[in-house]
Amino acid sequence: MMTKINIPTPLRQYADKQPTVEVKAGTVAEALSGLVSKHPELRRHLYTDDQKLRSFVNVYLNDEDVRYLQKEATAVKDGDTISIVPSIAGGR
Amino acid sequence: MLKIDKTDFDAMRQHGEETYPHECCGVLLGQMDINVRSVSSVVRCGNTRTDSPQNRYHIDPRELIRIQRQGRERGEDIVGFYHSHPDHPARWSTTDLAEAHWLGCSYVITSVEKGRAAVTNSFELAGSDEGDKKLIDEKIDVDQTET
Repeated sequence: MMTKINIPTPLRQYADKQPTVEVKAGTVAEALSGLVSKHPELRRHLYTDDQKLRSFVNVYLNDEDVRYLQKEATAVKDGDTISIVPSIAGGR
Repeated sequence: MLKIDKTDFDAMRQHGEETYPHECCGVLLGQMDINVRSVSSVVRCGNTRTDSPQNRYHIDPRELIRIQRQGRERGEDIVGFYHSHPDHPARWSTTDLAEAHWLGCSYVITSVEKGRAAVTNSFELAGSDEGDKKLIDEKIDVDQTET
């Protein structure tokens, strides 16, 4: 099954400047693994040294935060879209 | 450098006045070139930090996904973000830097003093990763032509 992954603007330089990458995957974890296999430079931007997703990296399956589904074990089906969304926050 | 027309520039500032004494926030869509981000539309967002809206902001990622999707349909990318500092200078704070993760994008801050927009500054989030990121001053080129 092919899953589309939306790459946020700052990370495209590590994904051959593509806004989306398609990978074959059955779960979110497989999709992300496929992504960093295709584009190894993305790994350090998405994962910590102990291979956990960085806390500010939000991963959405279609319009749902995977943290509220089955996290990275969430199943994906043909035509699903995963979005990688670094958080936007701050304040004085 | 950030290029923006006067209508969009004023829209960011007005948003800060409307949400005063709370922080406003939004997304800048447009085109990203080397060292130049050209804004073609400004999209208002809700501040989800209802626990401390006077000095914190956060944009719901779902709202961002929607904005990103709509932008792509028009050939626009996310090139930056804006927020306001109610009764506080238009300089980035340690929180702003710690919470900034969109390398290469612009972070615009408007100080709103007693309900009136005062200074607007923009900062590029420079660096190669989380370890060496920094917010650096960048010029805002405002096209004075009304649109």
